[in-house]
Amino acid sequence: MMTIYSPFRPLRGLTDNNRPSRAALTFTLVLITFASACSKKTPIPPPPPPPPPPAATAPATATPAAPGTPVIAAFTVEPTTIERGQSAVLRWNVTGSNNVVISNGLGTVEASGTRRITPPQTTSYVLTASGTTGDASATATVTVTGPAPPPPPITRPTRTGTLESRVQSDLQDALYDYDSNNIRDDARVALTSDADALKRILADFPNARINVEGHCDERGSAEYNLGLGDRRATSARDFLVQLGVPANRLMTISYGKERPVCTESDDSCWQRNRRAHFSVGQ
Amino acid sequence: MTRKSTFLLLMFAVATAAAIFAQDINVWITGSTGKPALAVIDFRGSGSQQLMAAFNSTLFSDLQSSGVFDMKPKSVFPLNNPQRPEDLRPDDNGQGFALSDWAGAPVNASHLVFGYTAAQNGVLVLYGNVDDTRQTNPQSAQLLASRYTGSLDEAGAMKVAHEFANDIIQKFGGSGSLLGSRIYYVSKRAGADEIWAMDWDGGNQKQLTRLQSLSINPAISPDGSRLAFTSYAKGTPRIMMLDTLSGRPLPFYNQEASLNATPNFTPDGKQIYYASTAAGLAQIYIAGIDGQGFRRVSHRDAIEMEPKVNPKNPGLLLFVGGPGHQQIYQMNSDGAGIQMVTNGEGEASNPSWHPDGQHFAFSWTRGYATGNFNVFVMDFGSRQFVQLTHSEGRNENPDWGPDGRHLVFASTRGGKSQIYTMLADGTQVKQLTKDGDNRTPIWGVK
Repeated sequence: MMTIYSPFRPLRGLTDNNRPSRAALTFTLVLITFASACSKKTPIPPPPPPPPPPAATAPATATPAAPGTPVIAAFTVEPTTIERGQSAVLRWNVTGSNNVVISNGLGTVEASGTRRITPPQTTSYVLTASGTTGDASATATVTVTGPAPPPPPITRPTRTGTLESRVQSDLQDALYDYDSNNIRDDARVALTSDADALKRILADFPNARINVEGHCDERGSAEYNLGLGDRRATSARDFLVQLGVPANRLMTISYGKERPVCTESDDSCWQRNRRAHFSVGQ
Repeated sequence: MTRKSTFLLLMFAVATAAAIFAQDINVWITGSTGKPALAVIDFRGSGSQQLMAAFNSTLFSDLQSSGVFDMKPKSVFPLNNPQRPEDLRPDDNGQGFALSDWAGAPVNASHLVFGYTAAQNGVLVLYGNVDDTRQTNPQSAQLLASRYTGSLDEAGAMKVAHEFANDIIQKFGGSGSLLGSRIYYVSKRAGADEIWAMDWDGGNQKQLTRLQSLSINPAISPDGSRLAFTSYAKGTPRIMMLDTLSGRPLPFYNQEASLNATPNFTPDGKQIYYASTAAGLAQIYIAGIDGQGFRRVSHRDAIEMEPKVNPKNPGLLLFVGGPGHQQIYQMNSDGAGIQMVTNGEGEASNPSWHPDGQHFAFSWTRGYATGNFNVFVMDFGSRQFVQLTHSEGRNENPDWGPDGRHLVFASTRGGKSQIYTMLADGTQVKQLTKDGDNRTPIWGVK
């Protein structure tokens, strides 16, 4: 089959490509680390102005922060979205608190500060500030995007597939004209790739034998079709042997029209049934 | 002469030839002197009403489906129906106890079938008579007077009816007999394709093989004792032989080949022809009844299947093959004299020799789309043919009954393939199977 190499080569290629890309990631990380190290030198922005005093005439609808109740003036992450492996900076500023804790392993921190984080996936950090008369908390989320996950491995059976599954999926039918065992151009293409696949399968399963089945459509008589199916199986077998498939590993068997793949009385079903097909031999 | 008039002349010649040959078929069925006109009374007896109903319908159906007789309708029968010869008298004023009452209008029967049944010592006894209505002397009028015994149940009633009907058919020159004959066929009704057997009237259907693979192409020996068929039980198609009675396998040596198939017995039952790919293409071989001593018969570059030996001349075979689309060929048993028998039109298959060795039935797509087979009968000598089915589904695998008047065949006319019988003129079609998918019937003497 033409795609027979795909189970192996593309996978190996992916593995090879991963190495340089990992190196590149590491390099990026170093750059980021360097960049964030530089950013530490920038001065901390001034705290926001304090809230205006409550209007004297207004009733105390909003309870002003009582002394001893912490106020989280800022809790941000920059940037809010990173690629997996990159880092971001958490920045916070809390007043009126005697204990500030940030979740996800950062633990107790100063009342204000910054911290470089490299979360493996999207993470929400919760800052909890405790005061003598109350608590306050805030959340900052950093979204981690990854490179698109590698495509699932191609489902063509690999060398670990069973004999049955390999025969079923690596080998394709050769199709015939009505009442003919002539190898058409499309059958030539199919059988040429079948020959490669058969060599691999027979190499991987040294005791296996493969049946080359000959089948017919429903129109001729059942008896004549036994002879015709045998001719089709033999012509396919001979073609494969010419391409180097060991003859003693191939068995021909005619099913005539006894084992159709479809039973509709139309051209497309008849064509599907006029075939040489492969199965695991005894 | 214009092309049109040539064509018309040709058509006329063909039609005339076909008409003459159709008369041949009628002679097989009815004899050369026309059909005897039978009046069959409803028999009475000591058995239950149900039992006598089974008896009367079996007797009537056997006589009618034989095709030998012109069956007179019971609605015109006179009042009195004789049961014993003693009941007959020279004159009954048209009331029925005189044979002349049956000879004249409105019955117009040439023969009267009458009698009765009685239960004697737990056994059903049938007293059956056939008299010639045109004889005035009761002694010389008597053609048949016989006694038959059966079990005192429906099966026994049907048995004596079959036997009596068979004797009547024989009396009127019907050759061979269907009585006791069996039909072997491939049925999928139990899952896999297995060989089944049934009585000639469709009764008593039984599974013979339980190989759970593909069992196809049944062939029965002339004496009915052996059944050969093609089996996939060992992977590739091979010939298997069974004892028909016990169902036990008998030894058969298969050649080293990807295919050994379509067996056929010689008329003496001592050898088997079959197709084998031992030398490449499927070709005709002959071997002993145990498969030993095989020998290749033909040496052509074409597929050859379905060898069928002439019952009267074991030196002559028909077979089906190429080159080109499948046709019926003839061949001498030494492989010489190969020539096409059908005319190359369409696709032809399934030859079955008539017991007379002069005619054969076969399936042919002539006049229809590829794959649409119909049953035909051909006169081997003149190559004239008649068509018996007319494209109600696929009609295939005709095989002659031992009487030479009936054919069994498979048809998809009702959807799935089923087994049917018919008279050699295409009438009296009867469906014998209805469960599952049934095909490839062959008719054995037992």
